[in-house]
Amino acid sequence: MPAQAAEAGTVEVSYRDAVREAIRDALRRDKRVFLMGEDVGRYGGCYAVSKGLLAEFGPDRIRDTPLSESGFTGAGIGAAMAGMRPIVELMTVNFSLLALDQILNTAATIRHMSGNQFGVPLVIRLATGGGRQLAAQHSHSLEGWYAHIPGIKVLAPATLEDARGMLWTALEDPDPVLIFENIMLYNMIGTLAPGAGPVDIAKAAIRRPGKDVTLITYGGSLWKTLEAAGQLAAEGIDAEVIDLRCLRPLDDQTFVASVARTRRAVIVDEGWRSGSISAEIMARIVEQAFYQLDAPVGRVCSAEVPIPYARHLEQAALPRVLGIVAAAKAVLGRS
Amino acid sequence: MGEFRMPSLGADMEAGTLTEWLVKPGDRVKRGEIVAVVETQKGAIEIEIFEPGTIERFLVDVGAKVPVGMPLALVRGEGEPKAEAAVPSEAKTAAAAPRPAEPTPTPSVPPSPPVAQVPPSSPQPAALLAPTVGRALASPAARRFAGEHGIDLASVPGTGPGGAIGIADIEAALKGAGAATEAPTPKAVGINLDQMRAAIAAGMARSKREIPHYYLQHSVDVTAAEKWLAGFNATRPPATRVLMAAVVLKAVAKAAKRFPEFNGFFRDGKFQASPAVHVGVAIAIRGGGLIAPAIHDADVLSIEDLMSAMRDLVQRTRGGRLRGSEIADPTITVSSLGDRGVEALYGVIYPPQVAIVGVGKVVTRPWVVGKRIAARPVVTVTLSADHRASDGHAGARFLAAIGDQLEEPERL
Repeated sequence: MPAQAAEAGTVEVSYRDAVREAIRDALRRDKRVFLMGEDVGRYGGCYAVSKGLLAEFGPDRIRDTPLSESGFTGAGIGAAMAGMRPIVELMTVNFSLLALDQILNTAATIRHMSGNQFGVPLVIRLATGGGRQLAAQHSHSLEGWYAHIPGIKVLAPATLEDARGMLWTALEDPDPVLIFENIMLYNMIGTLAPGAGPVDIAKAAIRRPGKDVTLITYGGSLWKTLEAAGQLAAEGIDAEVIDLRCLRPLDDQTFVASVARTRRAVIVDEGWRSGSISAEIMARIVEQAFYQLDAPVGRVCSAEVPIPYARHLEQAALPRVLGIVAAAKAVLGRS
Repeated sequence: MGEFRMPSLGADMEAGTLTEWLVKPGDRVKRGEIVAVVETQKGAIEIEIFEPGTIERFLVDVGAKVPVGMPLALVRGEGEPKAEAAVPSEAKTAAAAPRPAEPTPTPSVPPSPPVAQVPPSSPQPAALLAPTVGRALASPAARRFAGEHGIDLASVPGTGPGGAIGIADIEAALKGAGAATEAPTPKAVGINLDQMRAAIAAGMARSKREIPHYYLQHSVDVTAAEKWLAGFNATRPPATRVLMAAVVLKAVAKAAKRFPEFNGFFRDGKFQASPAVHVGVAIAIRGGGLIAPAIHDADVLSIEDLMSAMRDLVQRTRGGRLRGSEIADPTITVSSLGDRGVEALYGVIYPPQVAIVGVGKVVTRPWVVGKRIAARPVVTVTLSADHRASDGHAGARFLAAIGDQLEEPERL
């Protein structure tokens, strides 16, 4: 892998760098891969993920598009069906709703409707989540909605390794894959092994082993949850933290086995509570681990409001460390 | 319209599985008639009905596990109209008029609201249909763990969320129970408890945890009783001969009638004496386990009737065909191990009862009669009693009364 060899000396990278490196790696590996979306070329991406790629790969492979999510997502679907491996960037998940018809009615459906004659090996990258005071039309977490759709995979890389490694595995998938990048993670700095490369996109990961309660989360909430687990440890509560990584299909084996060990679970989900992915996870726990449960399953979700612009209101609306700590203690019968 | 409900066949019963209906809709039933068979931890129990009437319809399918207190069938009382005809009274008077005959078997919707909430049949026969009212708040894991170890949830304080019983509470209770009985916990022994074992474990552990037992013993010269019995049996064919056990049972029943503090139930923090004396007879079951079903009104049965009731009970117990009332009703228990050579036994009280009388083997002993020593047949009768309901002084008088009865058998 020449890309890694060139970067061998890199000690610290940001999540943004890791995503960019993943795109660069894919562009180098496979001539069929190209990136398209709003402002991905000259501007370098709304979150500066694709900065520098236009100069390196040229306008055929780094394509600026008109402000028409439905149009360029449809173009990506057509290209994928015709043999290309497009990466479509949707600036935020809120805007992806303009392309929902393309994603649900076409990308997710065409293999079924064509009697397996066509597939859509398309990757869509979307920014998701709140916390940057971008107001209600740019701050929602709708990945749980997409996890409802059969025919696609939904990924939520929370770590540098996954930001770096999930893209290539997704591009190798014969069906559409949506990758949700939480906007609060782009500036996260960490170290990435020089040989970091493709990772599996099927299994949830235990990010912190523990025995008293299972905290199940994904994406941007992982780091809040790990911080909460640290605070709980100071109070003698040993929390296990599970990073789902993949919201569709859900790796229920991993979290059900964990809950069977700890007998208690709290789900942390930046989506709204009602009809959420957290509700689905609860349902599976109850279906598969009912007789292991020693307390009702707890949840920490976003308040059911449009995510506010004002900083204090926005912070109050999103899952917070103190709320996760309180929920974990509640299922343990501690206050 | 009456409801025939799943009866409680013992303090530790939460639910039973309906295994057989012995009647069908439309059948008339009398008070005390056996209408169904229910499988419980104690085996298959025949269930009697206490409301006379006509079976209107079944609310529960065979195979369903049903919590105690849940209606099993609707029973139409005498003279009560059919459910679908439960319309104005003119319907009855005009019955002879040329109306289209009875709107026959249209499935009726039960009219009373509490019944309407009950599903007519269980969609998942194996599942528990509804929580029992007043049932302990416990997590699923705790509930299962308690069941595996024969712990009665009602006796465990909860420290989980909302005061619910969690696994840790059951573990604490197990430790406590292990210490109280000075026996290793079932878990440590690793015995695979079958259902009856679990029921006995739950009942006995609860007894030793909650009931402050005291124990008394009294030896009785049964020369007179043996003599009387020999005369009584002389003219009878072997099949109807009366055994000493029946004589003792009768003596206990009559004494229990005179000393009500040993005959009844300790419930919700207070003792309530029972006006009737239903003596539970401990019967060992082949292959292990025991059960102590009641002989109803043993104090007023004649000695022959008592004997035949005992024979019938032993036979049906070993055949697994007991009736619900026999399981739930005992007000005092008698346990006898004399035929196994035991001279004195000290029983564990079966909650919510407050006393158990133990009867040992009749042994020939040197016995002071007047101023001489004579060889006399002697039996040791013991009492384990609940100190919350009675004191040793009363216990001594109770035992003495049993002894007096045995010394004057003709008055039985």
